[in-house]
Amino acid sequence: MSYDYDKWLRPGKLPHIWCPGCGHGIVMKGLIRALDICGLEKKNTAIVSGIGCASRLPGYIDANTLHTAHGRAAAFATGVKMAKPEMTVICCGGDGDGTAIGGNHFIHACRRNIDMTYVLMNNHIYGMTGGQFSPCTPTGAKASTTPYGNPDPIFDISKLAIGAGATFVARTTAFHATQIDKLIAEGIKHKGMAIIEVVDDCPTTYGRRNKFRSVIDMMKVLKETAVPVAAAAKMTADQLEGKILTGVLYKEDKPEYCEQYAKVIAKAQGA
Amino acid sequence: MAKKVALIQGNTACALGAVYAGCNFFGGYPITPSTEVAEVLSEELPKVGGKFMQMEDEIAAMASIIGASLAGAKALTATSGPGVSLKQELIGYACIAEVPCVIINVMRGGPSTGMPTGPGQSDVQQAKWGTHGDHATIALVPASIQEIFTETVRAFNLAEKYRMPVQVLFDEIVGHMREPITFPEPGELEIINRTAPTVAPKDYKPYDTSFGDVPPLAAFGSEYRFHVTGLNKAQDGFPTTKAEYVDAEERRQVRKVESPENAAAIESNEEYLCDDAEVVVFAYGSTSRSARYAVNELRKEGIKAGLFRPITLWPFPEKRISALGKQAKAIVVPEMNLGQMILEVERVTKGTCAVAGVNRVDGDPLNPGEIMKKVKEVM
Amino acid sequence: MSSAKIEVIEKYCKGCAICAEFCPTQVLEMDAFVVKVAKPEACIACMQCELRCPDFAIKVHKD
Repeated sequence: MSYDYDKWLRPGKLPHIWCPGCGHGIVMKGLIRALDICGLEKKNTAIVSGIGCASRLPGYIDANTLHTAHGRAAAFATGVKMAKPEMTVICCGGDGDGTAIGGNHFIHACRRNIDMTYVLMNNHIYGMTGGQFSPCTPTGAKASTTPYGNPDPIFDISKLAIGAGATFVARTTAFHATQIDKLIAEGIKHKGMAIIEVVDDCPTTYGRRNKFRSVIDMMKVLKETAVPVAAAAKMTADQLEGKILTGVLYKEDKPEYCEQYAKVIAKAQGA
Repeated sequence: MAKKVALIQGNTACALGAVYAGCNFFGGYPITPSTEVAEVLSEELPKVGGKFMQMEDEIAAMASIIGASLAGAKALTATSGPGVSLKQELIGYACIAEVPCVIINVMRGGPSTGMPTGPGQSDVQQAKWGTHGDHATIALVPASIQEIFTETVRAFNLAEKYRMPVQVLFDEIVGHMREPITFPEPGELEIINRTAPTVAPKDYKPYDTSFGDVPPLAAFGSEYRFHVTGLNKAQDGFPTTKAEYVDAEERRQVRKVESPENAAAIESNEEYLCDDAEVVVFAYGSTSRSARYAVNELRKEGIKAGLFRPITLWPFPEKRISALGKQAKAIVVPEMNLGQMILEVERVTKGTCAVAGVNRVDGDPLNPGEIMKKVKEVM
Repeated sequence: MSSAKIEVIEKYCKGCAICAEFCPTQVLEMDAFVVKVAKPEACIACMQCELRCPDFAIKVHKD
């Protein structure tokens, strides 16, 4: 059967704002399927974003949705979650939003291990402002502000999340559509901070500056460079050079923040 | 039974006033001279089932209270000038998205790191114009420990009633000064909570003006689902660039505070010996305490001086100051800054009286003698 | 061959061609920036096109 996305879409909002071939739409569909897999109730679901192309996602979803300021999604979401711990809180946004201007909020949300799921669409560029380089633009790549090639090294978002204390970290790509929903759903079910990095494509502001002839070229690169973690375990460092490790990269059970704070309340009340 | 009395500092009174008002979420970041507000709330909020969060920075603190408020909490943050500078981005967000919340600014010297342990009153124009874009501001300036308590309660009431951020500014002197306070009994002070929607969930619009200039606000996690954005939006909460929606929403958001009726309801002043005053001292916060002393001394010398003390600083008490400007020969404006609210006094008196400032930014309070000297100069 | 029917919602299609490219049996073709179902009889109802379409523009109906 054709999948019924309409049950989680706000009526009348399509077509969405994203460019032809932009993977954000593929990720949004994966997120909707994940909401479904988890059997979430709309009233208890909040989706919080920052600013940027990817951050326009919540407007399309029929839930409690909060489109905040640039980089601030995790901090707003922390307030929502603490006020209503029974809600499922999902953040979404792009690489510049989440790891540059929002980097501090991102790592501290990971450190607290607060029960949220952050879907980070990493398309290596600031798309909405016209293609400036982000902390995830590959070294040497062209962006509108790196006309001579990007001199900056990149953030590895998943490693950053693991280092900061997130207890569920997974990665996939916009090509691997069936993995997107599974990983997001697993993240939602995980008690604690879950980071799902989706390596994504921006044909309009990244692809055309970096010798990708089409969206298809970009999708093929995602397909060909992805290596599942199990396969990667048998490969050498040289073989893994330039590859994207996909799947669940890290999982750990650790005390969750809202539960820890509930203990503070119990203590304060003399329990 | 006698009411509970205590000798506490202003920052403590602020924290306890917040609890009285029903605050159940605090998001903050340590900064002198406001830290006691956070410290007291870290102890008191969990006792009443509330949440205290020390966030990773000032911006996150502001973000967390907006998020918590949208999920139905009554939320507070407390900081000082450098923190308020960082929060400006999201104070603007709370303005445009119309999210009730309270921001405490215990004022120190500035700009930048300035004088962290010294008092200042140099954030009063920042309170009005700190965040970019047109917006209305409510800012309260209590001058005593008792008043910090009641004004913190009123700040929550105004935030909830008008669906917006409300700032409470008091200088370090009042923040750290200890005075006796008589705690109001539960129920003694009015507590206002935001108006919840009554329409069916499917008909709910978060910026529906059919109920007036302050639309009812639902909470995340209720039967009402809605979208919130910092973009200009239409009544349904979704972004728009249509001129008629953008214009109407911006004007409404200013009108809900600055219309004559609403401004009058938000206004709160103390007038001391102003009825026959030939010279009026316009003073707020700790400076008003020196000003009161000066007025009493001047009266003893036969000079008809009065004190006008705004408790609501923004919206500015235009009507009363305009009237006093016609009645008095002069208005003297002592401030622990280089002349900020004097600009408003000059603006609204339109040259009908002399206006003179007494200014100090060296970390010491203005003393009565300095104010008396200036009054005698302008008389 | 399956009894699947591919529905293209033309007003949503932005012509990215991802669906056509990754269709294992080349059912879909691009026609002036809108996808069209060129060889419906070849469809094996794998759902790849619906899954990959970023624009909610394809629905694959099977019995």
